[in-house]
Amino acid sequence: MREGDAKRWALPPNRAEEGFEDKKPLYTPAEALAEANRCLYCSGAPCIQACPTGIDVPTFIRKIGTGNLKGAARTILSANLLGQSCAQVCPVEVLCAGSCVYTGWGREPIAIGRLQRYAVENTLASHPAIFQAKPPTGKRIALVGSGPASIAAAGLLALEGHTCLIYERKALPGGLNTLGIAPYKLKGQEALRELEWVLSLGRIEVRTGIEVVETATGPGQVSTTELLASHDAVFLGLGLGADARLGIPGEQGEGVQGATHLIERLKTEPGLTLEGVRRALVIGGGNTALDIAHELALLGVEVAMVYRRSEQEMGGYVHELDAARLDGVRLLENRQPVEILREDGRVVAMRLAFLAEGKPLPGAGETLPTDLVAVAIGQERATQVARAFAGVVLDERGRVKVDPLTHRTGNPKVWSGGDCVNGGKEVVNAVAEAKLAVRDIQRYLAGE
Amino acid sequence: MADLSIDFCGIRSPNPFWLASAPPTNTGDQVMRAFDAGWGGAVWKTLGNPIVNVTSRFGGIDYGNTRLMGLNNVELITDRPLEVNFREMREVKKRFPKHTLVASLMVETKEEWREIIQRSEDAGADLLELNFGCPHGMCERGMGSAVGAEPKVLEEIARWAVAFARVPVIVKLTPNVGDILEPGEAAVRAGVPALSLINTVKSIMGVDLDRMVPLPRVGDASTNGGYCGPAVKPIALHLLSQLARHPQCGKLAISGIGGISNWRDAAEFIALGATSVQVCTAVMHHGFRIVEDMLEGLSDFLDEKGMSSVAELRGRAVPAYREWGELDLSYKLVADINPDTCIGCQLCYVACMDGSHQCIHLPGRTEEQSRQAGHTHLPQHVPERAVTAAAGTPGARVPFVDEEECVGCNLCQLVCPVPGCITMEEVSTGRPPESWNDRIAQGKSYVPGGLEATEAARRRNR
Ligand SMILES: Cc1cc2nc3c(=O)[nH]c(=O)nc-3n(C[C@H](O)[C@H](O)[C@H](O)COP(=O)(O)OP(=O)(O)OC[C@H]3O[C@@H](n4cnc5c(N)ncnc54)[C@H](O)[C@@H]3O)c2cc1C
Ligand SMILES: Cc1cc2nc3c(=O)[nH]c(=O)nc-3n(C[C@H](O)[C@H](O)[C@H](O)COP(=O)(O)O)c2cc1C
Ligand code: SF4
Ligand code: SF4
Ligand code: SF4
Repeated sequence: MREGDAKRWALPPNRAEEGFEDKKPLYTPAEALAEANRCLYCSGAPCIQACPTGIDVPTFIRKIGTGNLKGAARTILSANLLGQSCAQVCPVEVLCAGSCVYTGWGREPIAIGRLQRYAVENTLASHPAIFQAKPPTGKRIALVGSGPASIAAAGLLALEGHTCLIYERKALPGGLNTLGIAPYKLKGQEALRELEWVLSLGRIEVRTGIEVVETATGPGQVSTTELLASHDAVFLGLGLGADARLGIPGEQGEGVQGATHLIERLKTEPGLTLEGVRRALVIGGGNTALDIAHELALLGVEVAMVYRRSEQEMGGYVHELDAARLDGVRLLENRQPVEILREDGRVVAMRLAFLAEGKPLPGAGETLPTDLVAVAIGQERATQVARAFAGVVLDERGRVKVDPLTHRTGNPKVWSGGDCVNGGKEVVNAVAEAKLAVRDIQRYLAGE
Repeated sequence: MADLSIDFCGIRSPNPFWLASAPPTNTGDQVMRAFDAGWGGAVWKTLGNPIVNVTSRFGGIDYGNTRLMGLNNVELITDRPLEVNFREMREVKKRFPKHTLVASLMVETKEEWREIIQRSEDAGADLLELNFGCPHGMCERGMGSAVGAEPKVLEEIARWAVAFARVPVIVKLTPNVGDILEPGEAAVRAGVPALSLINTVKSIMGVDLDRMVPLPRVGDASTNGGYCGPAVKPIALHLLSQLARHPQCGKLAISGIGGISNWRDAAEFIALGATSVQVCTAVMHHGFRIVEDMLEGLSDFLDEKGMSSVAELRGRAVPAYREWGELDLSYKLVADINPDTCIGCQLCYVACMDGSHQCIHLPGRTEEQSRQAGHTHLPQHVPERAVTAAAGTPGARVPFVDEEECVGCNLCQLVCPVPGCITMEEVSTGRPPESWNDRIAQGKSYVPGGLEATEAARRRNR
């Protein structure tokens, strides 16, 4: 990869994100060795089956145990090119570690994510050249969006010798990996560092600030027809769109923010302070709600989450709720936002209705003082553009429809994966889907 | 409460736990602190003519998360002046008259032996231990294991020692010999009343792969050292049992050494014929304090077994040692996996598959899949039980044993991480007990492949 590109995306200093401590810091060699030696090296291990990308966990852990760190990283990365970010952001409690035989045994499962990070981070720092791309094939593949799905797909395609062109409408590449992940798991700069490593695998060009649209009207845009015409295949890694809105009085204006937008600001905006914000209410019960609530709490804000159903029905992970609570987040169940109250334009409080089994209790409610409302009730779809590729269809929930085995869309030259297909899962799912798509793109390009 | 005191060829000791001759017995201060901690005796760091030690001098072997599973050293005998050692021994004996003080000795000439024995006894030694075991440094000078491996020389020097000494003499044996009975018998011929074993096993601890120098490294070079610690216990037990079963050697008092780290190890040595036990590595690793557990553990163990003294335990397991040819060929065990405690790690499966007789199967497979996985024989009976382990996580499968084919080797039981999950069940073969020796006695001789093969071979040869 061209040297110049590699350093293009340095984040500015003095961002709120930098002040967060790593919740699972890089292991020291002694820690890694002790943990690796705890692994039983199961045969047909359930942890492998639980990893969406099928990383051979026992094998890489054994390699750490024998001091074969480079081999461990090779095992990880050949199954999952984004092994670094996955190691840090995967909800291992419900994936690999959640299925570790120790978990069933009632014991502490192997810290698979942390071991994975140890192997990959140290190897990429010292021996980044562990893969060798095949000779150029002359094929050009366009990837729309530069989130984990596209980055993983581009890396794998580049290793096969194809040229990859990534189109990203934002100024920073990486999608939510750079802009959305909680800073105590993965910082923007770390996501970019991994991305740069993927770019170094072969002929990958990232064109930031370019939006793929149905009909291009200006320089920052490229049309779907043009894209199809000038490439041998297209991969859509569109992700999800803007934060959904509450649709209640008082929502317009300062002091009410979409959760992913606010997270992105914490991660990228220099000098952003939450001055004057003593209390915040986070609306929603999913993982995004938990993330922003946890982040605000770590920034010293008094945070309560407002969720319309009960704790048992929450979509967010139990382990994330537990962790957020430890850092001070409170959960208010069975409540629905009714109105945001302002004084001189400033948010001062929020009116909530009480619910029972999802239905409002007439006349019951409360008004809670707050300085900030973060809305985390889901994201819109960024998938409209997909329809502009002839043959590509969306399902009733706005997700790009693909053949689940090949991730090919209705257009024989277009594949898709990641949040825009699965409706919003994890980074590791985006990688797994990208792998399926790449396998089929390979077949297609080989004329099979 | 059982009586822990022992009688070691006429010398009484408050308990069987002695420090072996090694760094823990370098000085009087150490030995006195050890006696305060509860040790019953100490074999002083070997005395002899002046030497100089090198650095580094120890190497360690870790296994998994276990530090120092084995230790090795290229240390020689004491590097402190003899006068100082004797002065301190005298003081120890004065302050701890009831404890057992053993002087370990290694010199070259007859005159030197006479002199050092004299001085040791004057210093208060209750026993003398002749170090015929040190496998490095001293043997090149014709001492240590060079003597231990040469029965004639051993016998001669031991004879001198017995003649010069007023107190009982112990011969400390080296394991670096082809047959431990040869030096053992030589010691018997020399008239010594006691043996101790093992000294360290010749070893190289590893290789520094960056400098390409074996370990432990002394500058740019290394040499073989002596291996000890938990890893050598099985070797020591074997050699001990051979001596204990021998008609003459078995009559001597034996001090068992090698990898003893706790009361259970000690009990095993005593059950195989030791009267006292000596400890070095475990003390170098954890300090004198480990003796508290040893005393308590052994005492409680004896009580539980209804034994009132250490002497009652001594040699209890010796008669159960047999030659291979005396073992019962009709005895049969079959592995049994408890599906309620299995966590589905499938370690037993892979171990049996690749490392034994392919008798453990995974549930839910078709015959085709089993064959593809490498099974050449398929089970007659597939037990009806859940595929997913009750104590496991989703996807964790409980393997099952093909009982007809299981050879009872117990590899699966050894690899299973869940205690008690795999048990070896006795099954009746319906055959009367029969050993290999019985078969030979009956003229059913030995052609691999069983009796039919033997018959066929006989017919061919006729
Ligand atoms: C707040 C938050 C926290 C999360 N935390 C975790 C976590 O801890 N662990 C975890 O595993 N997962 C987490 N996730 C989920 C994870 O981030 C996503 O599953 C993953 O990023 C999906 O990757 P993707 O490539 O499909 O989409 P994205 O990462 O969303 O990337 C899509 C990219 O496409 C671009 N794009 C869209 N349309 C166009 C267009 N027309 N033209 C050009 N570019 C376009 C977008 O700008 C974006 O950069 C989190 C998600 C959120 C919202
Ligand atoms: C560093 C070191 C020095 C030793 N020095 C002597 C010695 O001077 N004389 C001797 O007879 N044995 C010596 N030994 C051997 C021990 O007495 C003992 O026989 C051996 O270590 C086995 O016991 P263990 O497994 O409890 O360590 C030494 C052992 C070590 C580790
Ligand atoms: S990628 Fe994620 S799920 Fe897979 S093994 Fe690594 S940490 Fe676990
Ligand atoms: S299930 Fe747990 S113990 Fe078994 S191989 Fe996987 S991480 Fe190791
Ligand atoms: S080794 Fe033990 S726990 Fe593992 S699958 Fe076999 S029986 Fe079950």
